[in-house]
Amino acid sequence: MKFNGSIWKFGDHVDTDLIIPARFLNISDKDKLARNCFGDLRPDFPKNVQQGDIIVAGSNFGCGSSREHAPVAIKTVGINVIIAKSFARIFYRNAFNIGLPLLESEEAVDAFSEGDMASVDLNSGDLFQGGKRFIAKPIPGFMMEIVRAGGLVDYVRQKGFV
Amino acid sequence: MSMTITEKILALHAGRDSVKPGELVKVNVDLALANDITAPLAFRVFDELGADRVFDPDKIALIPDHFVPNKDIPSAQQARIMMKFAHRHRIKHYFEFGKSGIEHVILPEKGLVVPGDLVIGADSHTCTYGALGAFSTGMGSTDLGVIMVTGKTWLKVPATIKLVYEGRLQKWVGGKDLILFTLGRLGVEGAVYKTLEFSGDVIKDLSMDQRLTMANMAIEGGAKNGIFEPDEIARTYIEQRSGRKGHYLTSDPEAHYDNVIKISVDEIEPQVAIPHSPDNVHPISVIGPVGLDQVFIGSCTNGRLEDLRVAARILRGRTVSQGMRLIVIPGSSDIYKKAVQEGIIEALLDAGAVIGPPCCGPCLGGHMGVLAEGEKGLSTSNRNFVGRMGHPKSEVYLSNPAVAAASAVLGRIGSPEEL
Repeated sequence: MKFNGSIWKFGDHVDTDLIIPARFLNISDKDKLARNCFGDLRPDFPKNVQQGDIIVAGSNFGCGSSREHAPVAIKTVGINVIIAKSFARIFYRNAFNIGLPLLESEEAVDAFSEGDMASVDLNSGDLFQGGKRFIAKPIPGFMMEIVRAGGLVDYVRQKGFV
Repeated sequence: MSMTITEKILALHAGRDSVKPGELVKVNVDLALANDITAPLAFRVFDELGADRVFDPDKIALIPDHFVPNKDIPSAQQARIMMKFAHRHRIKHYFEFGKSGIEHVILPEKGLVVPGDLVIGADSHTCTYGALGAFSTGMGSTDLGVIMVTGKTWLKVPATIKLVYEGRLQKWVGGKDLILFTLGRLGVEGAVYKTLEFSGDVIKDLSMDQRLTMANMAIEGGAKNGIFEPDEIARTYIEQRSGRKGHYLTSDPEAHYDNVIKISVDEIEPQVAIPHSPDNVHPISVIGPVGLDQVFIGSCTNGRLEDLRVAARILRGRTVSQGMRLIVIPGSSDIYKKAVQEGIIEALLDAGAVIGPPCCGPCLGGHMGVLAEGEKGLSTSNRNFVGRMGHPKSEVYLSNPAVAAASAVLGRIGSPEEL
């Protein structure tokens, strides 16, 4: 699975209230959630993000609430992968469950800037930008299976609950 | 093999003699819960899996608490969806309007969690039930939907950080201050993927309400779960509320811990988390005069009877400062009623408080007390990220209920000692 896209860069401890504020949790319509993704922090984001863009962030991305609306909003706006220094654990699990893969690499995050074009190879963990190559921590086998299936629901449908 | 209490509970539910940190295990779930904002997505997953019944209607709890009494039309639709699912599938623990409360207040109160249980909730503060000696953690709606069908989930066994609290608590210092102090030390990612095991002589004397407050905020350090070994205090609490026996497990003396942190409480003052992170913690004596527009006493962290009692003790015979909005929300119908009977509600009303219906309310900026641009609020809840309680340009401070009550009178952040 390979992705190319333009980078949107965020800092450390981006919490789920920033990703989707609580006032939008009365809806489960994905498109409405997407329209309000990062709406308070970066109003330009929902307007300008393109299908295939990549989020690059610091440590502890997705901390705070367990709201699945957060990775759903990010995936629906068109983000195919998030690269961060580290992820909060409920967000990590939720993202894979809905088929949004996550990669961890401190060096890549330090090297990448907003607006750069980057390529990601999910199987190898290779991250390319401007001629430089970084290797992300390998995605655990079980999480890869979930992502390959398209998310937890598809995984369970295909394999039963293993 | 020597194990921590968390490892023992996971081994028990995985049908294994022992487990080690880092292993992936498949476990049976004793109780699965969701609320009005997380349940609709879980129901969608339930339908996508083609299920026609839940794995066990007695092992699911559905609690309307976040945006009820219905905040607006979309929230009303969500609450209705949950009510219909609960009725259709004969969910035993669905809390009807008027008999409900905040999920993490009402479930312990009703004896639905006993020591040794494995609890999964579609809410990050599900870690609260670790106070009862259960393994309890938050997940998302998709995981919850799968659990509702299968009754099982997978988990990576966490390593444990042991926290040992020693010494003597100062006046006005309780569970909220201990956990805030600890978060200040660990940081918001200091316990990621790990268990926080709360222990020490100080812990042995803490009431269940105080323990629930501490376990509630384990997630703010990134922890997978927080846990207390169940003791006589736990046993008394449980036996008054549940007919189930439970497993009173303890950590083996030779159990391995990633870290053992000793915290001396003698010098710990009431703590305040300042904007915009729950780990931005400082002792009350160094907080300057921060003027406040609103004080909120309530939430799954500090909405219990002991919290209301201490607030009433400080507010009785006093009034809130000019322009102050004091909002007090009892965590459940039972707590509300007891507070009325004890004269707490009257004292709060006389002081100028507005009393809200049992719900999460202002904690997450939903309703019942949202902050406007430029406003500052002090809250007994658990998070103060940017925009948490309203406008992105508002600020939230976190404290214990005694400091909150005193601050409502002073009109600024301050200690009960100043009154």
